[in-house]
Order: sequence, then structure tokens, then C-alpha cells
Amino acid sequence: MAQVDTPKPSAVRTRPVAPATHSVPAQPSAGEPMSGAASLIRSLEMAGATDIFGLPGGAILPAYDPLMDSKILRHILVRHEQGAGHAAQGYAHATGRPGVCIATSGPGATNLVTPIADANMDSIPLVAITGQVGAAFIGTDAFQEADIVGITTPITKHNMLVTNPDDIPRAIAEAFYIATHGRPGPVLVDVTKSAMQSATTFQWPTRIDLPGFNAGSKPHSKTIQEAARLLATARRPVLYVGGGVIRSGASAGLRKLTDLSGAAVVTTLMGRGALPDSHPQHLGMPGMHGTVAAVAALQKADLVVALGARFDDRVTGKLDSFAPNAIIVHADIDPAEIGKNRAVDVPIVGDLKDVFADMVPALAEEQRKHGQPDLAEWWKQLDDWRETYALGYTRTEDGLSSPQHVIQRLGELNDPDKTIFTSGVGQHQMWASQFIKYEHPNTWINSGGLGTMGFSVPAAMGAQVGVPDKQVWAIDGDGCFQMTNQELVTCALNEIPIKVAIINNSSLGMVRQWQTLFYNQRYSNTDLHTGHGTVRVPDFVKLAEAMGCVGLRCESDADVDATIKRANEINDQPVVVDFTVSKDAMVWPMVASGTSNDEIQYAKGIAPKWDRED
Amino acid sequence: MSKHTLSVLVENKPGVLARVAGLFSRRAFNIHSLAVGQTEHPEISRITVVVDVEDLPLEQVTKQLNKLVHVLKIVELDRDRSVQRELLLVKVRADARQRTDVLQVVELFRAHVVDVSTDSLVIEAIGTPEKLEALLSALSVHDVREIVQSGTVAIGRGGRSITERALDRASA
Repeated sequence: MAQVDTPKPSAVRTRPVAPATHSVPAQPSAGEPMSGAASLIRSLEMAGATDIFGLPGGAILPAYDPLMDSKILRHILVRHEQGAGHAAQGYAHATGRPGVCIATSGPGATNLVTPIADANMDSIPLVAITGQVGAAFIGTDAFQEADIVGITTPITKHNMLVTNPDDIPRAIAEAFYIATHGRPGPVLVDVTKSAMQSATTFQWPTRIDLPGFNAGSKPHSKTIQEAARLLATARRPVLYVGGGVIRSGASAGLRKLTDLSGAAVVTTLMGRGALPDSHPQHLGMPGMHGTVAAVAALQKADLVVALGARFDDRVTGKLDSFAPNAIIVHADIDPAEIGKNRAVDVPIVGDLKDVFADMVPALAEEQRKHGQPDLAEWWKQLDDWRETYALGYTRTEDGLSSPQHVIQRLGELNDPDKTIFTSGVGQHQMWASQFIKYEHPNTWINSGGLGTMGFSVPAAMGAQVGVPDKQVWAIDGDGCFQMTNQELVTCALNEIPIKVAIINNSSLGMVRQWQTLFYNQRYSNTDLHTGHGTVRVPDFVKLAEAMGCVGLRCESDADVDATIKRANEINDQPVVVDFTVSKDAMVWPMVASGTSNDEIQYAKGIAPKWDRED
Repeated sequence: MSKHTLSVLVENKPGVLARVAGLFSRRAFNIHSLAVGQTEHPEISRITVVVDVEDLPLEQVTKQLNKLVHVLKIVELDRDRSVQRELLLVKVRADARQRTDVLQVVELFRAHVVDVSTDSLVIEAIGTPEKLEALLSALSVHDVREIVQSGTVAIGRGGRSITERALDRASA
């Protein structure tokens, strides 16, 4: 079925296309004759892409020929398309620019499904280009045919099939526009081989014409005013900061609102780094493995101002007992998030940058009316929680190295101004979020919503390509690492010198932790045999060396610092450090799944004492 | 649960119906009926969806629908302020003896006979879901062989046009 150009309603709004950030070849006004494949490559250049991650195959092959001649596009040949997708995500997360990945039809395209779903959950601007079988073969179960538009419809912000080569420039322009405007997200463009092989006239569109697309609206002054009034008069205010603040690039505004309001601030897993961890009003991460102070602050707040956060179940715990006494202000660029999980008293729809720009002066005005808020009692309470229930850990009885110690030292021995951390999913991810102090946005890259194991190594690769002057440390688990480590080959061959810290507890640690706590220590299928005292299959040091990386091993707390320093000295090769640690270490605090945040356990069997005063 | 009638104006693009229908099933909403067709603007199609859903989830699904790039506008049509109709075709076995009885029912409901053979009739009826249900109930004493029913289509009463409003919004 051809995707044809339909005449648009005469009076629809059109928008200028954002100019590419680099110089692109001048465009003859009458268009330039070329193949659809060349048009695709030229379109990516015009859209501002400079680095793309991919792997060729039959249906996308025509595009790889003109790609070879591109002076603008650096193509990084991955070893698995999932790696291309996560690399593009890491690139986008680290730079704020859209990540681009490219794959062939069928299995190439389906291998992108996980990164696309991940980008959709975590609002990452991602443009995925896939080859499709020739238009005449669509629907015939042709070799390497998959209906990738159908498959990815529920997990993309938008997607499209292009069968007419003349549509390629518009499709690419729209894809970049949609991925980066409003709430960011993934867009997939599926281009048939026949379109790439046909002749066309390249003409870059000067306007984007999407009458049904909402690129965001300005926040409403009345609700801003109301939010400011509440913030000026609340006695126990908390700013609940999510990844939206980072996506918006609104950290400076958040800082101003924080300082002016005097409110407590919590940053979610996706929001870590939006406000420096060193800021005195920062209580850390809320949620299932959040700090007691952050969780308690939300539970006891009289006002919660949610900023680019989405009341995810991992933050709220049992929803109907979350922040039971709080008035809720919810600011988000996506109107569908407002009231989705928690009823909202003051809804604000808009880009967080605009929200802060409007709310800071509005709050100053309200404070002139109502006087400076007296938050002394609130802070006395918060500081008490913060001191009594500070983040910490106890050593395990097996005498093995503590994973928390390794991760904490990784944070302390690397300059937060010059380091990006990525992680996979599981215990190591939670510890990396808890024990590393983030001072800047986009320096903590992980898979939050989808929880994709194996995210860390390819995301680090993408981040390193996007930000070559920073040190990128992939913190990974031994389970995660075995899912995507093949991209270390890509890193080694392309001089992408990431460092990988495998927090090797020889098991699927988070699942094991749940088996310890909720399944009577019956460890069904969580032993990976990679750690201390096991057969060590695979041997991560040998594996690293086989992939052209430096492999190091560290087996005791005493060697942690020296090993990290040694890894940091190597800059011409990727480095993999196998930190063998105890498998008995657990992530605390913890709110058990499905229970109220009030039931948070500071450590196993230890519940905080809440209500000293009320 | 209560029934809601949504008119969804969409760009006439390939796959748009699948996107809209998929969104309902993905978020576990039950589509009661669905009808789609062109409007006075050839580039705009109109989908009428009747869903069984409470108010709060309805708001959520409406917001999610609004995020689809090809969706231009969504209007909920209140039953009291709109005309809502379905089309029903029923094949009834009726020989010469039974025909009069069937024709009486047809007349009573202001339906039409659109096909006649020696031992059967095809009846066409247009109306609200309630009226069509009553017609089927009245016909149930006869030998009903086949029923086919369209989804509800609906249009607001009065002079305003939602298509115009959608275009106004897009050009605002």
C-alpha cells in the first residue's frame, strides 16, 4: 500500500524545519536528481545527523552505497542491531540530540524493537531507519519481511512506511521533527528497497506540515499562579523531579525554583542529575529503592510539585496511599500524563523550561504577598530523617567485596564534571543511582521505564561517540553484560574507549534478592557461575581481551581504588573490569512491590520510626 | 460502565484506523462499535467509536488518542445533543403465509424490505441502537437467518461543524 501524499487542508499550520547544525550541501531550488537511497542519506545529513549506528542487510543495502561517500555521516557498524538502538539512545541521552540507528528489514528491524520500546518509555528522541522489502513483495511473506510499522506502532511516537522515493525527504524531516518536539520519543521510518532503488528528485522540505501533531503549548498563567501561591504557602513542600526536566534541558530553571522555594527536592531514577546531589535541599531518589528521607518527604508532604515526572508505580508504591496529605501540582509537556495515575489539583501543561521561566517570578511575587515561607520545622524533620536513615550498607558475611563500595568509589574517583555513567538494570543500577553523586544532567544514563537488561554497554558506546571528551563508565551486572557485550568489539575497532565495571555477583542479583526476600531463599535459575569460587564461565577478563579490550580483575575492597585508577589511565582501548563481589549484598532501603511507601524498610527488618511529632 | 460516543477526525492516511483501534485495545478499553468513512473534506476521515468506559479512563484514552499524529480532533457526542444512528440488515425466512406478519413489523418500525425471494426477505432498518434492538426482538418470533449491523455514526445537532473546528484549530 503506497503512502501517498494527500492534499492538506488549505489553512493548516506549517512550521519551519530546524536548520541542521552543521553545514550541508547547498540545495538547487529545482531539486537534484538522484536515487531514493542517495536521497535518504542526503536527508539524514540535512536533518542534522552526524553519527549513526547500524548494520546492513539485503533490504537496506542500497542506502549503504551512498553512505560510503557521505562526508557528514559517521556510520558505526555494530555487532547486533539492538546495540545500534541502545547506542543511539545513549547518544541522544548524553547529547540531547536525536539518536539515529539503521537496520535492514525483518530480523534487523525486529532486533530494534527493544531499544525502540525503551526509548518510548524513557522519552528519548530516536530515529530508527529500517529497510523494507520491495513494494511489490509487501504482504507476500517475502524473505526477511516483517511488518515493522505494525510491530512498532504501540511502542513508537510515530512511524511510517515509505514506498515512493519522492516522499523520503519529507518522511525523514518529519521523523526528526516529531522525535524531538513535544515529549521526545522514537520514530521509525521504514523505507522499501524499491523506493531506494528508484530515481527521484531530492528536495528538502522547507516546511513541516503536521496538522494533528501537538508540539507543546505554553503553560497557562492561571495555573502557574496557583502553583506559585501553593508553593509560597505550603508548610511541607516537595519538588518531585523526573526525567522531563533533563529532557527539557531545564536544570537551570529547576535550580532557581529550588533556591527560591526552599522546598525539599527528590529526583527520580530518570531525573538524577537534574539538580546537583550536593545541593543541600536534595534528598536523593524516591521510590522502591529511594532514600528514607525522599520517600518520607513525599509521604508527609502537604504539597507535591511533580515536574516532568509520571507517578510511576516504582515511585508511588501502592498508589492510593502515596503522598496521602498532599495537594498535587503536576507540570508536564504531555497532557496525557496529567491525572493518568494520581488525581491532580493544579495541572500545568508545558515545556519545563517555560514552566520554570514563568513559575520563578510568579513565586517571587507570591512570596512578596505572603512573606517568606517558614519551613524550619519541615527541614528539622527532613534533616532528622536524612541523618538517622542515611544511605549506607553493611558488609556481607562471606567476606567478599561489597558492590556498594565499588560503585561508591567509582563515583568518588571520577570527576562528576567529566564523567558519564551508564548502567544496565538490576541491583547495580540501583546502587549506581544511590551511591554515585551526580552533579550534572545527562551524566546518568539508564533504562528506567522498560528496565532493559543489557542497556549499559551499547548506551555507553553511544554516549562516548556523542561526548568524546568525557570519560564514559558503563556500570554493568554480570547478567546484563552477557546480553550485549558484543558491542565492545565495535568499541575496540572504532576507538571508542569506554570503561566497563562489571559488578560481578555471579547471579541475576535483583531477582536473587527477591528470591531471598519473597521466595524462601529458593534460588531458581539465578546462578550465573561467573564469580568468586565458581567455574567462571565466561572469564570476563579473557572475554574482554578477546574483544580487543583491556581486561582487569579486582577481587577485594583493598584493590578497588588502584584498579579504578589503572582503568582510568588507559585511554586508547576500552577497558573491562571484573569486580567480583558478594552475591548476598542487597539493595536497601526497599518498599516491597505493591505495598505502601509507608512500609519502607531501611534495611532488612528495620522500619524507620516516622511520626515523632504527629 | 457507561457508553460514550467519540467522533475522531483523522487524516486519511494508511493505517490510521489500526492506530486508533490498537490504542483502545492496548489500554484495555472495549470498543462497542466502530464506523469509519470520508467526510466533506477528502483528506479527512471520521471515525465514530462507541466505548464502554468510566469517565476518568475515557479522559485518558482521549488524551492518548490526541497524541496520535494523524488524529486531528476528538469530540465526545452527547446522546441528547446528537443524532446517532446504526444500519441493520436482517434476513428473515418468510414464505407467503408468514410474510404478512413480518411486513407488519417492518411497517411498525418504519423499516424497509430491500430484497424478496420466494421464502425470504431482507429488511433494512436505520435507527438508534435501542430501536434496532426492539426491531430484532419483534422479529425474534420469526426465523431470523442472518443479521449484519453497522457501527454507530453520529453527528451533533445544530449548525456547528466539528470538521470546521478541527481545521480552525490546526490553523490557529
